[in-house]
Amino acid sequence: MVAAIPSLLPAVPEITLALGALGLLMVGAFGGARRAGFINGASMALLAMAALLVLAGEPGRIETFGGAFVLDDFARFLKVLTFAASAVALAMAGEHFCAGPNARFEFPVLVLLAACGMGMIISANDLIALYLGLELMSLALYVVAAIDRDSLRSTEAGLKYFVLGALSSGMLLYGASLIYGFAGTVSFPGIAQVTAEAMRPGAEASASSIGVVVGLVFVFAGLCFKVSAVPFHMWTPDVYEGAPTPVTAFFAAAPKAAGMAIFVRVALDAFPGIVPAWQQIVVFVAIASMTLGAFAAIGQSNIKRLMAYSSISHMGFALTGLAAGTADGVSGVLIYMSIYVVMTLGSFACILAMRRPEGPVEDISDLAGLARTKPLMALLFGTLLFSLAGVPWFAGFFAKFYVFLAAIEAKLYVLAVIGVLASVVGAYYYLRIVKIMYFDEPKGAFVPMSGELKAVLGAAGLFVSFYIVYPSGLNNAAAAAAKSLF
Amino acid sequence: MTVGLSHFLILAAILFTIGTVGIFLNRKNVIVILMSIELILLSVNINFVAFSAFLGDLVGQVFALFVLTVAAAEAAIGLAILVVFFRNRGSIAVEDVNMMKG
Repeated sequence: MVAAIPSLLPAVPEITLALGALGLLMVGAFGGARRAGFINGASMALLAMAALLVLAGEPGRIETFGGAFVLDDFARFLKVLTFAASAVALAMAGEHFCAGPNARFEFPVLVLLAACGMGMIISANDLIALYLGLELMSLALYVVAAIDRDSLRSTEAGLKYFVLGALSSGMLLYGASLIYGFAGTVSFPGIAQVTAEAMRPGAEASASSIGVVVGLVFVFAGLCFKVSAVPFHMWTPDVYEGAPTPVTAFFAAAPKAAGMAIFVRVALDAFPGIVPAWQQIVVFVAIASMTLGAFAAIGQSNIKRLMAYSSISHMGFALTGLAAGTADGVSGVLIYMSIYVVMTLGSFACILAMRRPEGPVEDISDLAGLARTKPLMALLFGTLLFSLAGVPWFAGFFAKFYVFLAAIEAKLYVLAVIGVLASVVGAYYYLRIVKIMYFDEPKGAFVPMSGELKAVLGAAGLFVSFYIVYPSGLNNAAAAAAKSLF
Repeated sequence: MTVGLSHFLILAAILFTIGTVGIFLNRKNVIVILMSIELILLSVNINFVAFSAFLGDLVGQVFALFVLTVAAAEAAIGLAILVVFFRNRGSIAVEDVNMMKG
């Protein structure tokens, strides 16, 4: 018997990225580090092409590979977001990895492979595809964290990320094995059918439905690790601090969006029948992430560690939208992740620009008096910090507004109130940086910013300032994407 | 006494627990952590194969093969990172992985 070849069309963007990564690896292997600039540019072009291919395909929901791979509006939205975020991260990394002692042609190739993995998990429609996509992304990320192989901090970050990441993959797999055993299938629609029947009114709780719920808890634990939600956040500050700054910028944006995507898809595609079972987990994780992120960031002096705690608390806010479990909630998550990615990339453009003639610095106190030495950079960074804090007018406020609105409509009042309080606490440490930039004595100027960083910072600053003028573009796309899951 | 599904599940659960505890209690050597990770992945494979045989469904065995493959790649990357760490630090003791406090 000859099996029919499945339709490859929906997976063309991922195939492009995978083949492109292999080709560029060859170019790098034969051309050496002096080809790093070309490989970086070609990788950005490939990511842009993949994003366009995602948009160019036929619309609607398409399944292929025996139902393992699904392309719907939700997947399209997040793929464009993650591919674009990866491309921007590559642009910002150019200065660090293309020339000089740190030139590494492997970095763009690994980012391409990670982006391919992200595309796979965003489209995953069964547990095998989920696991393979997640591992493709994670294995590339472990290597990227340790890419400055002569630096103790970078290699230590890679080692910590690897050990904890492998543990979380193990937990996710153990959960997947329990779900497979007790539901009898690995496909999300199949699991949804089985769990919905088990939860039918009148059906008594059987051993198998308990087994599925235990498996669900393990899978969620593994996914919490990937989005760095409390209580699986321990790796985040160390990896953010230890990894080279351009790598941290990449970690903070695209993989978070992909992790959140698969979190939402597993919850709503595979377990729509047992919302109460996972809702309480998500509510707990969201509350814990928001509060821990807000309080732990206060005492930090390293700006990368501060961004790590900031991202932990932002993941808590995004999960608030998922906890609602409604189409509005999911659209809130999508808007949140888009705005979060823009704000994070913009902030990291500033952090990357923190270079004195003697080398890069990463203490918050090094920003002192930035308003006098570099007024425009201070203004844009200040704008992004106000947005991260969720001050009205800026985009970050609306991101929080939509998820809290969805939570209140789902009657999760405690969650929404704690979220608002946590964002007030969080505002303290963001505004402290603004105070340091504007009211402290200057500590000496930074070297001039590169053109790419200026462009990213300017675009991010303009986006968060003027999102309010035309919010419906992003909101309508997110609403359409969210609707495809229900 | 016949060996049923629950025996396999209990064995896998015990191996999974040993692996997890091994990661957190071990204070000596990072290699032991890599071994613990392998143990976790193998316990998952026992689960998959046992369920697969019990359900009469091949998907579980396919999944187990994928897990084996990925575990090999994961071990290779883990050892590679460990080697570069050793070159910088001169030690692979767990208590020496402490440049950054977290």
